[in-house]
This record gives sequence, C-alpha cells and structure tokens, in this order.
Amino acid sequence: MDFVQIFSLTITQAVGVTALIYLFAAIGLNVQFGYTGLLNFGQVAFVAAGAYAVGVIVLTFDLGLWLAVVVGVVVSTLLALLLGIPTLRLRADYLAIVTIAASELLRLLVRSIAFKDVFGGAQGLNGKLGQEFHDLNPLPADFTLPVLTWSRQDLWVVIVGWSLALLFTLLVWGLVRSPWGRVVKGIREDEDAVVSLGKNVFVYKMQALIIGGGIAAFGGILWAVAKQSVQPDTFQPDFTFFVYTILLLGGAARVFGPIAGTIIFWFLLAGFGELLSSLINNGYIEFLTPTDVGSIRFMLMGLGLMLLMIFRPQGIFGDRRELALDAR
Amino acid sequence: MPAKTDHMATGHAAAVEALRDVPQVPGAPKPDPVVIADHVSRQFGGLKAVDVAHVEIQRGAITALIGPNGAGKTTLFNLLTGFDKPDTGTWTFNDKSVAGTAPHRLARMGMVRTFQLTKALSRMSVIDNMLLGAHGQSGERVLNALVPFTWRGQERANRERAMVLLERFNLHEKIDDFAGSLSGGQRKLLEMARALMVGPEIVMLDEPMAGVNPALTQSLLGHIKNIREEGTTVLFVEHDMDMVHDISDWVIVMAQGQIIAEGPPDAVMKNEQVIEAYLGSRHGSSLTDDGASLTPDAQGVNS
Ligand SMILES: Nc1ncnc2c1ncn2[C@@H]1O[C@H](COP(=O)(O)OP(=O)(O)OP(=O)(O)O)[C@@H](O)[C@H]1O
Ligand SMILES: [Mg+2]
Repeated sequence: MDFVQIFSLTITQAVGVTALIYLFAAIGLNVQFGYTGLLNFGQVAFVAAGAYAVGVIVLTFDLGLWLAVVVGVVVSTLLALLLGIPTLRLRADYLAIVTIAASELLRLLVRSIAFKDVFGGAQGLNGKLGQEFHDLNPLPADFTLPVLTWSRQDLWVVIVGWSLALLFTLLVWGLVRSPWGRVVKGIREDEDAVVSLGKNVFVYKMQALIIGGGIAAFGGILWAVAKQSVQPDTFQPDFTFFVYTILLLGGAARVFGPIAGTIIFWFLLAGFGELLSSLINNGYIEFLTPTDVGSIRFMLMGLGLMLLMIFRPQGIFGDRRELALDAR
Repeated sequence: MPAKTDHMATGHAAAVEALRDVPQVPGAPKPDPVVIADHVSRQFGGLKAVDVAHVEIQRGAITALIGPNGAGKTTLFNLLTGFDKPDTGTWTFNDKSVAGTAPHRLARMGMVRTFQLTKALSRMSVIDNMLLGAHGQSGERVLNALVPFTWRGQERANRERAMVLLERFNLHEKIDDFAGSLSGGQRKLLEMARALMVGPEIVMLDEPMAGVNPALTQSLLGHIKNIREEGTTVLFVEHDMDMVHDISDWVIVMAQGQIIAEGPPDAVMKNEQVIEAYLGSRHGSSLTDDGASLTPDAQGVNS
C-alpha cells in the first residue's frame, strides 16, 4: 500500500476545491446560525444561486463572468429577502421549514423542462464557465506540484478560493466583535429581551441572512468556475446538512470554526475513502467492492460524528462552559 | 432620558403631593399622567385576561400594580409595551397615541419593561448584556461595525455608564462572567440594570424582587426609589405587600382582568374589595397586619 499517495490524495481533498465550496457555505451559516441563531436549512439554495448566476449569465446570455458575480450576489440577496420577509417575524422553526422547502423548490425549478432553455434542465449548464478567471492564472503552463495532485487550473482556484475564504473569515470576525455582533448574539439568546432594549430584531436577522447567503453564493460561483459545470442535482438538501455537520464539528459561533470543521470533515471523509479503496484494491478486504466505498465512508463519518457529539458536544473549538449554561 | 416637568419637583414628596387629591377610584385621572389607556382588552379563548376601561399612570411616581395570580398584570404589561396585541383599546405615552407601535420603538421612545421570567442573555457576558441596552450605537449599524474607530469612543462611554449601574446592583465583580452563570436573583438584578441602561422614561418591572434575598431586596428598594428621585416613572408588579407598602406612591389593584381599586398603599390595603379579591372571602384585617403578608405560598421564583 502506498501511504504517501493515500495521504496526498486525502490532503488534496481536505483543502481542495470541493472543500472550499463547503467552507463558504459554512462561513455563511456561521453568521446565520452560529451567531444569530437562524435555523436556515436551505443554505444550499444560496450556493445554487451563485452557481446558476454564473451558468446562466455566462452560458445562456453570454454576458461574461464578472457580471455573473454581481448577479450572483444580487440574486442571493433577493433570495434572502424572499425567504426572510415572511418568516423572520415568526417563530424560529418557520424559517427552517420555509428554507428547506424553498431550496428543494428552486432545485426542481432549475431542472424542470419548462425552463430548460435558461437553466439547462436536468443536465444543467456545462461549458466554458470561468474563462475570464482562468485567463488570469499566473501559474506557469508546465506547472506540477509535489505531493499534492492539483492541476494548474485547480491550484489557481484553490489559491483564490482560500484567499477569499480568509477574507470572509476576517469580515465575520470584524462583524461579530462589534456592537452589531453583540445585537445578533443577543437575538440568538433571547429575541424578546433584545426587542425590549429597543433593537429592531427583524432588520438584524435579515442582515444576517443576507450576509450569510451572500458568502455562500461565492461558494456557488467558485463551484461553477472550478468545475465548469452547474448541475441541479448537486444542490440536494443533504449539502446543507453536511454544512451543519462541518459547522458543529469546528464549533458554531467560533470565527475559525468553519475552516477547522471543513478541513477535518474532508480530511476524515477523504481519508476513510482513500484508505478503504486502497485496502480493497490490495486485497485486504474482500467482502467489499470499490463501489461500496462512497457510502461506507459516510457511514464511518456518521459514526465519528456520533462519537464527537458524545465526547465533545461543543465541537473541536467550542467552549464547554457555554454548553453547560443551556442546562440551567 | 427622563423628561422632567418644570412645574413640579421630582421624588417621593412631589409624587405624594401630586397624588394627594386624586380620587381613590378605579381609573382615577392623574394630574400629570405619562401613560393613559382606554378600553384595553385581551381575550384568550373564552377568558378575558385584561379588560381595563381606563387607567392613568402618574409621571415621576412609583406605581405598584398588584393583584392575585392570573389577574392579568403581565398581560397588561405585554399589551402596553407592544409585545402583545389587544383586541380593543387605545393608549398614549406622553400624549402620543402608541397603540399598535412596535415594541422596539416603544422601548426607544422610553417605555422599557422587564420580564417576569427573567431573560438574561445566557451565553453573553454580563457587561455585553448591559451594553446591549445602550441607545443609538453607531457600531450597531452593519457598515460601521467594520470600522471600529467610528464606535470605540461611544463604546467606552457606554461601558463606563454600565459599570456605574453594575456597581449599584452589586454585579461589578461579575462583568466578564456569562450571564447564564449568575444565580436567579442576580439575573433579576442584571435585567433591571440592563433596562435602566436604555435610559427609560418609564420602567415597567414585572416582579423585580422575586427570588432576590431580603438583604438585597432592601438595597433594591433603595435603587427603585433612586430611579424615581432621578425623575423616572416606575410601574412595577409585586406580590409582597410589605414591599409595595414600603416604596409605592400609588397602588393599582387588578383582579380578573379589571382594575378594582386604586389609591395610596395604606388606603388600598384596607380596602374590603381588595382583601376579598386576594383571599376570596371576607377577611377582617388589613393586608399587612400581623405579619400576614400576602405573598402567595406557591409564589414561584423565576424559572
Ligand atoms: N398566551 C396566553 N394564552 C392563553 N392564556 C393566557 C396567555 N397569557 C396569559 N393567559 C391567561 O391570562 C390570565 C392572566 O395572566 P397574566 O400572566 O397576565 O397574570 P398575572 O396577573 O401576571 O399573574 P401572576 O401574578 O401569576 O404573574 C391568566 O388566566 C392566564 O392563564
Ligand atoms: Mg405575571
């Protein structure tokens, strides 16, 4: 067995393009759920909004990537308003129901035959989606990495993606340590108390939903640009639940929680997968076939999560003291 | 900030003086009312929880709102402060009609309430709880939030104000503790201090003393009197008659949603109707005589 290769493949995935997409969604969810306490179960819809903005603007209308980025942010803002205006005045669970329903509704809408000309139906939109971005790639043409297995194109995506992710993390850090952050944390703790102190909680919740959705939309934009393809069925509700997993793993309401959670989640998921594949291919495990690996790694992941919740319920970086307060 | 009326001094003496000639009947008109409510009613299913024909709250006085469990005191608080919507009724705050006004607006206008079930923001520090009460913070605007120098100075000033209040309420050694780690009584204190941080013109306290130990109660009473001396109107719900007797300038009694009596504490506690409402039958003595204070036995502390 080639352990160096297993490790290299694992690391490549742990900080790679797919992980980055989840990271953006998790940074956004941290603002919404971690700090403000909004139960947004439709985070995938914001990612889809970003991805489809690129697909539609670039492929369907041929208007270029940079406009697509702007449209992605605008569309995710509109989506937040659409979801938030009817629900944010109601109890927390309404938002949860509406967001998960809306995310499925949107997916079915973009994959429907009726809008095939615009959204590409079940096949989605495939083609030269991020040309302007890839044209800016400064890396030398004959570029190869040691250990890591990114192509020149992927590495460019990863570099820009991580820079953006750090920038958003910095933005979140700035927001949550400010008086604005104090208000949203107060809303998470007890909305009525914050209202009684004269704050318009609806506005703050809306802002948190928009900001978190906008950050997630960048995950979608990155997705379209990196994979040169936007497909409706990648935006299933389970995406959102993996993002929650990531957030809880790293520790909700921790500035670096999403980054830690993403890397750990993908390191474990990819690590299990690569190790298992290798064991099967080398004949150490005979009752499984390589096609089983995909689902088994999620089972192992689930087991790992259960253990984490039992032994470290506050997440890797969470504060146990805070958790103890809930029991009072 | 409390609006002081020029023609009248503030404080106990002034309040007593102002209320001296007020008739001792339900819905009595006051010389300088800060809140006036008319025909406010709220029904839950078949139960009329609140049905107040008319009530006025005198500015600058401490008014106690008393009544047996389930009388509708908390519901009336909820209605007046906009946290609940009445079925009928109008009311004014500083002569401005405020029926239907959003609760956060009313708080900003100077009508601030606390909750019977304490709402400490558990996973936030005591000082953050306090700072949340401060008004007009530029750092609470999302764009300014990212530019600390636009709010640092204000933050420092608010912090100083919070420290003064926390010291008054004996919480100054707890500033960096999580509010959730405070005891039940300390949370009551924090909630009251936080409400004062808003700079209210009228502060409405729903059982501020519940679960606070007797020694601290005394100092709390002192604080409430101080608030009045500074010109703030206080309306509070309390079950302990000795306490009501000690600090209130005026007492309003509710039973089954209606106001059944009003008057200075001495007179109200001798009122037959009030005694009857509390005890459900005729009872010979005044409410605070022979140590039989009317704190209900099953009076729950906060949850
Ligand atoms: N949300 C609600 N739904 C249904 N009934 C309610 C609701 N809130 C209050 N009530 C009812 O209205 C009546 C008045 O309740 P309220 O809480 O105002 O009493 P209170 O005077 O504050 O009593 P206490 O001294 O025990 O706090 C009670 O009979 C209560 O059961
Ligand atoms: Mg009550």
